[in-house]
Amino acid sequence: MKIFSDMTALMTGMWITWKHIFRRPVTIQYPEQRRQPYPRYRARIVLTRDPEGGERCVACQLCSAACPVDCISMQPAEGDGGRRYAEWFRINFARCIFCGLCAEACPTLAIQMTPDYEICTRDIMNLIYEKEDLLIDGCGKSADYNFYRHAGIAVTQPRGNGAEELPPVDVRGLMP
Amino acid sequence: MSYDPIDITLIGAKIALVFFVILTLAAYLVFAERKVLAWIQDRKGPNRVGPFGLLQPLADLIKLLTKEDFRPIGADKWLFYLAPAMAAIPAIMIFAVIPFGAPLTVFGHSVELQISDLNVGLLLFLALSSIAVYGVALGGWASNSKYALLGSIRGLAQLISYELSMGLSLVPVVMLARSFRLSDIVAAQSGCWFIVYQPLAFIIFLISIAAECKRIPFDLPEAEGELVAGFHTEYSGMRFGLFFVGEYINIIVLGGLAATFFLGGWHGPWLPPVIWFSGKVLAFAFLFIWMRGTLPRLRYDQLMHFGWKILTPLALVNILVTGWWLVLRG
Repeated sequence: MKIFSDMTALMTGMWITWKHIFRRPVTIQYPEQRRQPYPRYRARIVLTRDPEGGERCVACQLCSAACPVDCISMQPAEGDGGRRYAEWFRINFARCIFCGLCAEACPTLAIQMTPDYEICTRDIMNLIYEKEDLLIDGCGKSADYNFYRHAGIAVTQPRGNGAEELPPVDVRGLMP
Repeated sequence: MSYDPIDITLIGAKIALVFFVILTLAAYLVFAERKVLAWIQDRKGPNRVGPFGLLQPLADLIKLLTKEDFRPIGADKWLFYLAPAMAAIPAIMIFAVIPFGAPLTVFGHSVELQISDLNVGLLLFLALSSIAVYGVALGGWASNSKYALLGSIRGLAQLISYELSMGLSLVPVVMLARSFRLSDIVAAQSGCWFIVYQPLAFIIFLISIAAECKRIPFDLPEAEGELVAGFHTEYSGMRFGLFFVGEYINIIVLGGLAATFFLGGWHGPWLPPVIWFSGKVLAFAFLFIWMRGTLPRLRYDQLMHFGWKILTPLALVNILVTGWWLVLRG
């Protein structure tokens, strides 16, 4: 009889919800109880420094190009010795979707995601972070990486002295 | 009835008490519904306003009172303003005929815990519950909005499918009690509750009142998944609040009626009658909340099919069987 199977189905459903009434809620009471985010949680973006304390960002615009919501903008500049840096660097967290594509795109590991998600504010202008808000005094997730030590550009050391770098080839010489 | 000033004062006090209790209970029923639904869904529910969130109804009231009272362009002004009252007032009025406790003696006067012991109380209930649907129909019609109109059409379609079976399911009760007077119906159940004699009528009545209070298996006029909020889509502020409170008053009143007709009203062992009555009402309220947490919504052709082709014939057969039984018993 269909009616009996239907009644059983109804009663099964009612029984399941009855059991759930007495189950412990899964709610985390946010301001009092805070959940520890995972280390790779993608939230507020920072600009890291290399181990020597210099800015890692070379203002290559790759993060800005990768950003699907166009929330990153910057002005590249070149300092003494050919060291590139961002004259200003701005992230609009009101637009940021925390996708992490900028951190993936960054060739110098400068731009990184942190687990700090508590950046909400009543004034939307507070969500526009300038370079001095973004720059931190640390290396972030890759503590011993310095782009210019590997880059083959004579900024931190003469050419050919970088890590895993061969001496430059004299292209005018005829020797193989 | 005598016109003794003490009698009149007592009646006034009863009315004030019933108003106060019902409105408070309705407000807390909203809170209870949110809590129980939250528990069913493994959440905590409102717990921020006051201890355990107990002041939440008050906060809701303040919010509703301070909201903008909005009327859409093209809405029929008077009907639009009238509809919430049409939905809420009949629901409160039905409570006038429900006996909610054994008669008391105050200052040497016997006080029945019932506002008006009408000899056609049951018919009054059926009549008023049909009037309440006008609130839904007019509210949806006057809003000048397609969602609200669809909601009110569904409300009417729903009315004609459950009202008949609801009335028919009460006929055996009247046959057993031999009276339309609700106090007589309660008195007839002092020995054995009618649910024992009439389980089928009780189930039909339960299903019908779920449809009457527009609760979830039959919440077609609201259907927030499809019609935004159905007939009260365009209402805001306290007018919406009136619809909302009316719905919860309806739950209390219909729970009280179900208790009166089938669960012996205020009859029960050991505890005082008023406690028994409110316990039964709250049990029905809990049942409705629990059903809301569990069941999906019917389509409205399914509801009409269910009402006309299943409930109504069943109720008729039930009347027939009850009649035979009464005749055979003599």
